[in-house]
Amino acid sequence: MGEGLFSQIFDLLFTTSFAASILRVTTPILFAALGGLIARRCGIMNLALEGMMLTSALTGVVVSAFVRKAVLGDLMPADAAYEAVSGRAVAAGAAAGFLAGVLCSVLMGLFLAYMAVQLKANIYLSGLAINTISTGGTVFALYLAAGEKGMSSSLNSCTMPVIDIPIIKDIPIIGEVISGHNIMVYFALLCVPLVYYIVMRTSTGLRIRAVGENPNAAESVGVNVKKVQFQAMALSGLFCGFGGVSLSMGYVSFFSRGMTAGKGFIGMSAMNLGNATPIGTTIAAFLFGMFDAMANILQSLSVPSQFIASIPYVATLIGLIVFAIQTDRKTKRLKEKHSK
Amino acid sequence: MTSKQIERRFDAFKTFMAIAIALGIAFIVISFVSESPVEAIATFITGPLQRKSRIGNILEMMTPIMFTGTAICIMYQANQFNMIGEGAFLIAANLTTWFAVTHETWSGLPLQIACLRVGIVTGVVAAFIPAILKVKFKANEVVSSIMMNYILLNVSNYILYYKMRDTVSGQQASYKIPERAKFAKIWTGTRVHTGIFIALAVAVLMYFFIYRTKWGYAIRMVGANANFAKYSGISIVSVAMATQLIGGAIAGLGGSVEMLGMYDRFIWYGTQPGYGFDGIMVGVLAKNNPILVPLAAFFLAYMRIGADVMNRMSDVPIEFVDVVQGLIIMFVAAEMFLSKYKHKLIVNNAKKQLEAKEAAE
Repeated sequence: MGEGLFSQIFDLLFTTSFAASILRVTTPILFAALGGLIARRCGIMNLALEGMMLTSALTGVVVSAFVRKAVLGDLMPADAAYEAVSGRAVAAGAAAGFLAGVLCSVLMGLFLAYMAVQLKANIYLSGLAINTISTGGTVFALYLAAGEKGMSSSLNSCTMPVIDIPIIKDIPIIGEVISGHNIMVYFALLCVPLVYYIVMRTSTGLRIRAVGENPNAAESVGVNVKKVQFQAMALSGLFCGFGGVSLSMGYVSFFSRGMTAGKGFIGMSAMNLGNATPIGTTIAAFLFGMFDAMANILQSLSVPSQFIASIPYVATLIGLIVFAIQTDRKTKRLKEKHSK
Repeated sequence: MTSKQIERRFDAFKTFMAIAIALGIAFIVISFVSESPVEAIATFITGPLQRKSRIGNILEMMTPIMFTGTAICIMYQANQFNMIGEGAFLIAANLTTWFAVTHETWSGLPLQIACLRVGIVTGVVAAFIPAILKVKFKANEVVSSIMMNYILLNVSNYILYYKMRDTVSGQQASYKIPERAKFAKIWTGTRVHTGIFIALAVAVLMYFFIYRTKWGYAIRMVGANANFAKYSGISIVSVAMATQLIGGAIAGLGGSVEMLGMYDRFIWYGTQPGYGFDGIMVGVLAKNNPILVPLAAFFLAYMRIGADVMNRMSDVPIEFVDVVQGLIIMFVAAEMFLSKYKHKLIVNNAKKQLEAKEAAE
């Protein structure tokens, strides 16, 4: 590796388009991480983030395409009224797709909660089972809806709008990086304080944390543990649903098989590395998003991208060790305090 | 009946019901989707047996699944939910290929044995990391093993791409594995190879290990009640460590066997072959009993081949098998599924015993 390569990498990494791509790539990871965070705070390791995102991504695309078609009716692009109706159709399609995708993910969250809480199924196995069902089920459903197994490009689905932020968009460099993204990007950023508020400042959040820390103690003070777990899983599904919709209705307007490509698990790693705190999780999600974006770029430069692609997982392993040592020390300290 | 007999009978019934319900759901969906549902379902059920080559396909497919399934059984017996099977299988297959293509000059048997040894050692090393993180740092083995699987996938991609890629082959594939390293085919007209005997031997061996040795007893004890095991003087740390390493070794061996038995080149680039998850399904179906692994693996392979035949003969996409697979896992894993029926069984049994006692008096 010569100096030439390094300067090439530098040139690619210090561009506004790279900075903007970090925001773009991080969005679904961040949503998944937030979804995992709420479940984990309730003591549930939700391995189904991936499957929930995948299913809601497909549902969003299919529903938006059908609603758009229904609103347009028999109008052809040549018709006079087409222009006026088409805008409305796209808006209705996008809204319906968004809602349907998110609803689908919430229902899956509740289903997982039913399996784990009511039927006492092993949470890891049922989470992984949901992923398998989603992987196959989405391809199956895609084949029924679009007649192909790879992509939904034959469906005319809608995307969420792109937002130009006034004033900021005119600032050089910053404007290019921050403005002009899909609305889901900004929504993801807004969800961070929202999740913080839900988990840390509401009574539901308090109950979720109480159940996560010690379900028996929570139950002894009158908390309905099962209900809280259902609530947490519904919330987890909600954020995964946002993530799924952002994948298929954000920068691209189609669903392709397996399009989550491990983003759910990267989100779960980010949540683990951030130790399920909203701020830590967000920082970790952005770090992983950056590595993901970097791996994409470095692929074009004959640098072994496999190393970059491994960074999130290695970082999580190290994170797991660090937290384990910290908790160990904390418990030891507490024990010493009490033995005095 | 003793309570153990009831338990066993109920387990079998529950597994049967889970399969029946999952397949029932699938058939209902098929009858809505397909133009000729009866024929589609018929090909699914009888298709795999109609040709010799398809029966061969079943046996070929169940071989790797038996390895990962047995690996899962051993680990889950001690409640170690290590998911490393997938990664261990992949990286072992990868390094086996690398070893074979770089030691072409070796003669047949030593090369094969060395290859299998590479697979076992690789599997142990792969499983060691989540295992040591669990026992030393109490890090959740589920999370860390899934992370490891992604890391190993990248390592495997790297080795394939930079160390053994055959640029002439035109795709992402390794150099050809030398012919003499490969396992012999045992059934003409199919690709069934001697590796299936290794798989069966491992399953039987592990059954004896789990149910007939002191070590196996310790493992089952830790799985049933870790605290009780601890107070009986069983070292939980060494059991946790040992089961995960054995599991890794078996999955790694499976990767080697699959490579030497079925493939000319290493071709898994960018995707995991998925045998790790199939292993979980098999382990769940077999109730973590290695002796039932061949049966469960046969069932899964049969279902896969059936779906494949149906996919080609009718208008139903093969992917519905994944849905069936997921549903079966869920129903079998659900403790409370059919719990009312179990309750009834126990009550009826108790009543009968009481009556018998009264009659005797």
